[in-house]
Amino acid sequence: MTTAPQHTGPGVRKVPPGPTAPAPQLSTQKRLFTRTLTRLLPLSPALILLLLFLAGPIAYCAYIAFTDLQLTGQAHSSFVGFANFRTAFKDSEFLNAVWLTLVFTVLSSLIGQNTIGLALAALMQRASKPVRTLTGGIVITAWVLPEVVAGFLLYAFFRREGTLNAILDWLHLPSQNWLFTLPILAVSFANVWRGTAFSMLVYSAALNEIPKEITEAAEVDGASGWRRMWHITLPMIRRSIGTNLMLNTLQTLSVFGLIWVMTRGGPGNKSQTLPLYMYEQAFQNSMIGYATAVALLLLLVGSLFSVIYMRLLRTEV
Amino acid sequence: MALTLSSRRKSRRLAADAGLLVVAATFALPLLWVVLSSLDPHADLKVKAPDGLTLDNFHAILNSDITFTPLLNSLILCGFGTLLTVVCSALAAYPLSRFRSRLNRPFLLTILFATSLPITAIMVPVYALFVQVNLIDTMQGTIFFFAASQLPFAIWLMKNFMDGVPKELEEAAWTDGASSLQSLVRIVLPLMGPGVAVVTVFSFVMMWGNFFVPFMLLLTPDQMPASVSINEFFGNRGMVAYGQLAAFSVVYSTPVILLYVLVARRLGGGFALGGAVKG
Repeated sequence: MTTAPQHTGPGVRKVPPGPTAPAPQLSTQKRLFTRTLTRLLPLSPALILLLLFLAGPIAYCAYIAFTDLQLTGQAHSSFVGFANFRTAFKDSEFLNAVWLTLVFTVLSSLIGQNTIGLALAALMQRASKPVRTLTGGIVITAWVLPEVVAGFLLYAFFRREGTLNAILDWLHLPSQNWLFTLPILAVSFANVWRGTAFSMLVYSAALNEIPKEITEAAEVDGASGWRRMWHITLPMIRRSIGTNLMLNTLQTLSVFGLIWVMTRGGPGNKSQTLPLYMYEQAFQNSMIGYATAVALLLLLVGSLFSVIYMRLLRTEV
Repeated sequence: MALTLSSRRKSRRLAADAGLLVVAATFALPLLWVVLSSLDPHADLKVKAPDGLTLDNFHAILNSDITFTPLLNSLILCGFGTLLTVVCSALAAYPLSRFRSRLNRPFLLTILFATSLPITAIMVPVYALFVQVNLIDTMQGTIFFFAASQLPFAIWLMKNFMDGVPKELEEAAWTDGASSLQSLVRIVLPLMGPGVAVVTVFSFVMMWGNFFVPFMLLLTPDQMPASVSINEFFGNRGMVAYGQLAAFSVVYSTPVILLYVLVARRLGGGFALGGAVKG
């Protein structure tokens, strides 16, 4: 990631021959300014889109979170200060959603995707090529599938009359209606199924960068597989672990479709994470202002993770 | 010593193979269900050998109401969204990659920050905003939002790929009097073909699979893309025809899987995405 060194070729010539440009008495500063402006011109379409459709809504979000805007033909909304936030922290359903989001993130992102992704990548280093290709293909297919399709596949898997219970019956183990008794576990597993490939790819790339000599030297010295993993491999890929954890967490925080398709947040609100809670408040209860306050909190948590992620990346931009 | 080491390696490979196969089998079960059920005349919710192979499920869904209109809507939304994303990100990446300016660093940091914001969180305010400016339930509004939400990552990727193109060739073109735009289109972009392909496919795949954005911003059933219309199998048709649902899932998922294979083949394995994300 090296930035191209400065050169003066095209920019100087590109100054339009307007009334001011060729004048010899023009200050260098002004010419430099015009040059910079011409050079940055190609940025404008992207900039306009980003400002109108991304920065705009975020600013609007920060504004209506402090109002009592509603969906149902209300004449005008008024500024209510922090009332929405106070309501949220007193609402047991909101606290329930926060708790479930935490469980969902820890189970599926920190433990599931991250650990299984690392295990798969490590096993792939040693496995034979056909097995490696087959496993990679299957895991990546689960990742590439559209979110809603993944939701249906896992819905079928966990239903009362689905595959999981069929296997459990066959093994003479007790079966149950997973989507009803342990919905948050079911949707967490679904997120693991769908998201592990990303961690696997990141860790495979990281493990490939470790020089062979180092692990081989440790092996000759008689270090066991676990000790090599703990003392050599993990410290060497710690930056990848950090970035991967952040990206997994950010992706998991914004999962909506998967849970919506599998449980709609139910039964009751036993799998209602923050995005689903936000949706329900906005459209079932018509409380746009309140829902946006929840959205703003989600956005703030996301920004925090995003900043940590950039810190970890520490790239030269 | 060498012998024990090699035999130890062999047993370790077997153990690794066994471990991977167990995980692969677990991951494969839901995939197996969708493929088998789509061909099964009496599909239900568990993986089982089909009672005879049939294409009836596909015949039942391949009509304009259930499949073609939603897929066409998906194609319009994702096609134009991707086009906008690729054009804007290529234009934006050029000055960021080629010229040094005091604004580059803050701009790129903001872009990097925006790549990881949870878009889900801003959908309620986007909905409220779209109602105010009459963009709600319009294809163009959804396309613009798709493009904007995909742009940060696209610019980031595009800039990194562009940094890999040496600029000697452009300098030759500049001396011949080519403008920035000409050298971008004629020299830089053709040299970074695989990079442009990655950005295009990645954007398209992300939009194709996206459920929440069209679910929020579109209201008319006729405009719904496949990601939203698939829910109709559950909604108002009473008894769920799982075979047809599976068949629809297969039809809807095939394009993105093919696109992925196409790009992964050309770039070798990991999509180069792992590397791109790592910076």
